Amino acid sequence: MSAAYVVSDCWTMTRRELAHWARQPVQVLVGLVFPVMMLLMFGYLVGGGRGVDGDYVDFLVPGMLTLTMVFGLEGTMTAVTQDLNKGVIDRFRAMPMTDGAVLVGRSAADMLQSTVGLLVMVGVGYAIGWRANGGPGSTLGALGLLLLLRFAMLWIGILLALVAGRAELVQAVQILVWPIGFLSNAFASPDSMPGWLGTFVEWNPMSATATAVRDLFGNPGGEPGHIGAAVVWPLVLLAVFLPLAVRKFGRLGK
Amino acid sequence: MTADAILVEGARKRYGEKEALAGLDLTVRRGTVHGLLGPNGAGKTTTVRILATLLRHDEGLVRVAGHDVRTEAREVRRRIGLLGQHAALDEELGGRQNLEMFGRLHHLGARRAGSRADELLERFGLTDTGRKPVKQFSGGMRRRLDLAASLITDPEVLFLDEPTTGLDPRGRGEVWESVRSLVGGGTTVLLTTQYLEEADRLADRISVVDEGRVVADGTADELKAKVGVDRIDVVVRDGARLDEAAALLPGERAEVSVDADRRRLSVPVADRTASLAETVRALAEAGIEAEDIALRRPTLDEVFLHLTARGTAPGADREKEVAA
Repeated sequence: MSAAYVVSDCWTMTRRELAHWARQPVQVLVGLVFPVMMLLMFGYLVGGGRGVDGDYVDFLVPGMLTLTMVFGLEGTMTAVTQDLNKGVIDRFRAMPMTDGAVLVGRSAADMLQSTVGLLVMVGVGYAIGWRANGGPGSTLGALGLLLLLRFAMLWIGILLALVAGRAELVQAVQILVWPIGFLSNAFASPDSMPGWLGTFVEWNPMSATATAVRDLFGNPGGEPGHIGAAVVWPLVLLAVFLPLAVRKFGRLGK
Repeated sequence: MTADAILVEGARKRYGEKEALAGLDLTVRRGTVHGLLGPNGAGKTTTVRILATLLRHDEGLVRVAGHDVRTEAREVRRRIGLLGQHAALDEELGGRQNLEMFGRLHHLGARRAGSRADELLERFGLTDTGRKPVKQFSGGMRRRLDLAASLITDPEVLFLDEPTTGLDPRGRGEVWESVRSLVGGGTTVLLTTQYLEEADRLADRISVVDEGRVVADGTADELKAKVGVDRIDVVVRDGARLDEAAALLPGERAEVSVDADRRRLSVPVADRTASLAETVRALAEAGIEAEDIALRRPTLDEVFLHLTARGTAPGADREKEVAA
């Protein structure tokens, strides 16, 4: 198996996902609009933000960006579950293609969508008064950390889909991501929570990313010294879930 | 190069409590069409999925096109085509998009994948489908595209798992025609089916599978000889005259089976049309009125009644085959 085949197989599978977008632009659009809606709802309807020093929108936008990356998990899981239940997977598996190219195609497409989604959110954030005050380098670093978290969540989503493989379990995960997303500092400062809860929230990998991103954007709630955790946490998750997912895919039907 | 395109020795596969394959043996010579005939749950699909590297068997030797499916899966995959029970196509994409994608994944290269897609669309009469997504195709069109997708690289061995189940007679005819045209090209075909007629029309040799084993194999004629000859069925209007009618039927009285509830007699006959004429005349002369007289070939039910000691007929209560 030459490296050229690996690259071409992965590219072919990425093209397949992009072709699906071209066929279903409305679905893609809904995927982009949903997080924007969340941002506006929390910014204007729920409002406040307990224990936040400074402007709430400046605190909220980085939190929402982080939450969007985490919620990407369910989108990935839904897509993989749907794919697995289709006959076409049998054809892929009975072909001499690269192991895992199907998954790489999925992850490439999801990362591309997340990047677009992130830029849309940043644009909407700007429109409602959020500003990145940390300079271009720090801003790019923050976006990089967010995408790294998304990449880790993506492979968790793939593995969950491969293990569960049923639509009902996707629903369960869709519900469970909410408390996990909210048990972070995305919307409120851990200082405002009861002690034990605050500790849990500070240990949530999502909080590490949110804090580091706020720091890099120069927004309230940011603290220096969290960038390391925001890099290490996703890498640890990737080191566990990526090989498990590829292995599980290779062992379907065994 | 061995002479056998498919070699299976003592293959076993278990799903929990249920033994799907219980020591299946199968040999298919290169360039032939081999039918795997059996009821639902007999192990046909399990066999095909193991041969196509989609499922791993627990025990036994399984080689396809000279390579072991377990240790040389990729070599096997380069040489096979698979038409499963359900369309293995990307339903959102168009016909050409599908074929081009599969061509690329077979490493034909972008240009060759495109031209191969066009060739296949032409050959299977699908050129006018354009960008229409596969989910809007008719059953017959979908099956033809699926077949085209399994032929991208002119496979050495082609698996067809119940290729006509769920198709109307016209779609069935289309698929049969395509399969026949393939055989000329030297491809080895393994075909599973529940229909005796289908195996009869397409296969050089047939293996009858039941409960995860091959219970008989041979040419269609050999199997039919084992199963028995044609039969004449008579339904008599007046149940009281059933015995009288039985005595008039051709052949030995002992061979006539009597179903008193349905007022039906059935007898095996050697000389088809002459026996039918004789039956009609004898009944008319005796003044026995028949509601129905039919000359028929052995049914698949009778194949199984004959070939399996338990006499399980297809369609009887059975667990649905696990298509994992």
